[in-house]
Amino acid sequence: MAEFWTSYGWPTALTIVHSLVTIVVLLVFIAFVLLADRKIWAAVQMRRGPNVVGPFGLWQSFADLLKFFFKEFIIPAGSNKGLFVIAPIITAGLAISAWAVIPVAEGWAVADINVGILYVFAISSLEVYGVIIAGWASNSKYAFLSALRSAAQMVSYEVSIGFVIITVLLCAGSLNLTEIVLAQDRGLGLFGWYWLPLFPMFVIFFISLLAETNRPPFDLLEAESELVAGYMVEYSSTPYMLFMLGEYVAIILLCSLGTILFLGGWLPPAPFAPFTWIPGVIWFVLKVCALFFLVSMVKAFVPRYRYDQLMRLGWKVFLPISLAAVLVVAVVLRVWQHGI
Amino acid sequence: MLTALFFYLFAIVLIGAAVMVVSAKNPVHAVLYLILAFFNAAGLFVLLGAEFLAMILVVVYVGAVMVLFLFVVMMLDVNFAELRAGVLKILPIGLVVGLLLLFELLFVVGAWVTAPTLVNDAPAPPPAEVSNTKALGQLLYTDYVYLFEAAGLILLVAMIGAIVLTLHHRRDVKRQNIADQVARSPETAVEVVQVETGRGLQ
Repeated sequence: MAEFWTSYGWPTALTIVHSLVTIVVLLVFIAFVLLADRKIWAAVQMRRGPNVVGPFGLWQSFADLLKFFFKEFIIPAGSNKGLFVIAPIITAGLAISAWAVIPVAEGWAVADINVGILYVFAISSLEVYGVIIAGWASNSKYAFLSALRSAAQMVSYEVSIGFVIITVLLCAGSLNLTEIVLAQDRGLGLFGWYWLPLFPMFVIFFISLLAETNRPPFDLLEAESELVAGYMVEYSSTPYMLFMLGEYVAIILLCSLGTILFLGGWLPPAPFAPFTWIPGVIWFVLKVCALFFLVSMVKAFVPRYRYDQLMRLGWKVFLPISLAAVLVVAVVLRVWQHGI
Repeated sequence: MLTALFFYLFAIVLIGAAVMVVSAKNPVHAVLYLILAFFNAAGLFVLLGAEFLAMILVVVYVGAVMVLFLFVVMMLDVNFAELRAGVLKILPIGLVVGLLLLFELLFVVGAWVTAPTLVNDAPAPPPAEVSNTKALGQLLYTDYVYLFEAAGLILLVAMIGAIVLTLHHRRDVKRQNIADQVARSPETAVEVVQVETGRGLQ
């Protein structure tokens, strides 16, 4: 029994505690990210944004949380009840589960698996199911139209994200997220990270990130002017909150992925004293916040794309460019490492 | 022991989901059960140590193929109650085909022999420090690169074939040319006119 405890029980218990801590920290972080998003949006439009609950409106997200909890959950009579309830749980659950492999500092990932990047990619490609199932189970025209749009949109931009990831993998030579970060530690600090040599890929990744998480200007799924609120039309109360939560967790997840792939993860921007004293996790969070700030600004000043323009951008612009980049990067690396 | 536990968990859910794919009344539910089945298959791959295959199974089948499946099934307008009524008529044929497949599978598994040359001259299994992604890559892109390229070419031909079959280019619709729009400048796009009061534009 003692052997069983040391070989299975103790590691399992540790993993569970580690996962719980990750989830709690993540959710609290998300609460403030949500507030930041609204504040930035408000600042661009010269409004104040939420400023009533707590100092500077800091507790606004927690007030919203309580509000969502205490509202009535309405299941439409014509809906497919089981799937209607499961859809938001799938969205939030999948978004959170991808965090298992994200190394926020060296050795801090819950599971440091060999195919970490593929795991994140697989999970983020599954997020479309929450939307499709919700849209179909609602038995509403707006929701259904939104589900159809999402199916095409998210699959299209996954292709270019996949190719962008491949270019980084070619440079790093590993699918393990920790090793990808360590491969960027070349003693050059800021200039050793992949955003510099792969800058066009970084731009494509950022725009695909917006499309993949349905952020404006690609938020055609919930385009208020045409689809009311898209797949979330029929949702209220806690399930609606789960959709919002899943959306923001997914955005932060892809921002973290961008940080790991292009911005050197937890590495300090300069490899000497005052910068190296600050723990890696703080650098990581700062970089994620910087990326999120960009995401938030885009929402504030870019108008929504039309659907055919969205498809054109994905298939006729990003796909050829990223495909060519894979070829170019592979050839350059080959020539650099082995000669012609 | 824990591995065995998870094996049986994945296997039972997989088989249950597979049965539900065939027997579910609603086609959308059937597709969702199929997704569950793929997931558990990926779990079995992970237990076998084939982590790369597991992830690719989820990315390709669950993340892309099944989305399109669901997309089509959701838009179908078929009366499934009517289809169900005809089941008894085709049941015998289905049973015969099913049994034949089962026997064939049993024969294949039963007659499985490893070539004696392989047993003796087989290359040593990749050492533990080579991840199976790396091992697969080395095998596919060095030893079997021509076969791999041929497979890629066949898929490309199939894709082009599908596009040619469905492409229907209409000439009578007005299309947006982004390059033209971007190339416009104020000089070519805007004309400033001084309008006299009471006269209007002629």
